[in-house]
Amino acid sequence: MGEPGAWWTLLAAPAMLLALAVLAVAFTAVLDARDAGRPVTVAVAVRPFTGVPRAVLAQPRRLPGADVLLWRAGAVLVPVAAVLSTLVIPFGDTVLADLSVGVVWFNAMEVLTWAGLWLAGWGPDAAFSLVGGYRFLAQGLAYELPLMFALISTATGAQSLRVTDIAAAQHGLWYAVWMPVAFVVYLAGVLAFSFTGPFGYPAGRDLAGGVLGEIGGVDRLLLQAGRWLWLAAGAAMAAPLFLGGGAGPVLPDWAWSLVKTLLVLAVLVLAARRLPMIRADRYVELAWVVLIPLTIVQVLVPALVNLNR
Amino acid sequence: MSTTDLVLLGVLGVLAPACGVLVFTLDSMARVTFALLASLCCVGGVVTVLGLPYLGVVIVLMMVMEMLIMAVFMIAYMMNPAGLMPMSMLHNKGGSLVVSAVVFAALVAGIFAVPWPGRTGVRPKDTTFQAGTALMGDQMLTMVTLGFVLLATMVGATVLATHRGRYDRFGDDLDQRPAKDPAGAGVGR
Repeated sequence: MGEPGAWWTLLAAPAMLLALAVLAVAFTAVLDARDAGRPVTVAVAVRPFTGVPRAVLAQPRRLPGADVLLWRAGAVLVPVAAVLSTLVIPFGDTVLADLSVGVVWFNAMEVLTWAGLWLAGWGPDAAFSLVGGYRFLAQGLAYELPLMFALISTATGAQSLRVTDIAAAQHGLWYAVWMPVAFVVYLAGVLAFSFTGPFGYPAGRDLAGGVLGEIGGVDRLLLQAGRWLWLAAGAAMAAPLFLGGGAGPVLPDWAWSLVKTLLVLAVLVLAARRLPMIRADRYVELAWVVLIPLTIVQVLVPALVNLNR
Repeated sequence: MSTTDLVLLGVLGVLAPACGVLVFTLDSMARVTFALLASLCCVGGVVTVLGLPYLGVVIVLMMVMEMLIMAVFMIAYMMNPAGLMPMSMLHNKGGSLVVSAVVFAALVAGIFAVPWPGRTGVRPKDTTFQAGTALMGDQMLTMVTLGFVLLATMVGATVLATHRGRYDRFGDDLDQRPAKDPAGAGVGR
């Protein structure tokens, strides 16, 4: 069991999540500049954030017939759910709230993104963004079940839904090593609920930005922040679930947590840039015909190991 | 139960029926769906506060997914295109008002009329474990049977609903590759 966090962790956890998200955005900008053959400088890494003050000050965009309440609720829900998910993610030994059902909590918060994106798509009363919202639901039906089985694999291995127990149960051998299918499916799930990279279909360019198409100002900033915050939260959760949490030689626990999170985040950013976008209908078939059976077999492995123990 | 729990219980207990009332007063299908979702999330919170965190969080988890899928279908099947016109959830206003008032009164009366048993023994430390052993221990056979029946129902309903069978897709000898689908997609096609 981890130590419950002091009062200041209530502020530190969102701040750290934001810092990780900022790093991911800067990393993407740097990689973009390198690929385009532009000089890689600090200015390049900072450039994505120069739009932030402008977005804050921008006139909110108004469309005729927009459901502003639901639209705004959707834009707010995505980053809020990402921040709430950090409640159960241990950083070294410290965790904000060591819930006995931490894995389920993380999953429930992640599912709130379904609501957020659909609302963001519905709100503006515009065709392209609505299609984007529907696309995310189709994508959700595809990625959610394999992701759930991947999460269940780790909980079965540790015989606990508490995230710190799962991290502690991996002494010696990480779950990433002997549950590779669950690990890969989890990483794909992180990209999917961040609707980025191969799962950027709901906000695709072929759809004039989809859910991001009509939204502007602070709302747009929040929705895009939610995307990167989810990527960071997913990377942070990968450390306790699959990479042994804060365990490691020499360095203190928190340092190992940070190193593992940063590595996973870097891998996710690289994968998001490299992999082509997948259409939701294609991924549904892959997920239901290939990934669900694979992940069910993957859950069977820790179950059998535990029965033999 | 601590003071915080009692306050939470009170707030959620008021919010849940309040959102429930909104379902019948709002005039947009999207808003109605999300009012119902908010109400169900409050119910999940109540269950959590009452000491069943697993069931409470799972209610939120499942309800968000279910209500979103429901929103898609409800809006798709609305009488007006895309459900964008004002609508009302009220049908048979007088009758439904009487029925719901009677049910509500009966439930409230039940709270006071039922002789609630006193607690015997101490409260279990991990109710998730208790719920798990109750379902997977004594009721294992029920759960397994239920699972297969549900799966068979879903597969059966899909088979009955689809107008294209495997002979349409793979030809009379089932040897036609790739399958003759109106739109190709997915694994190997």
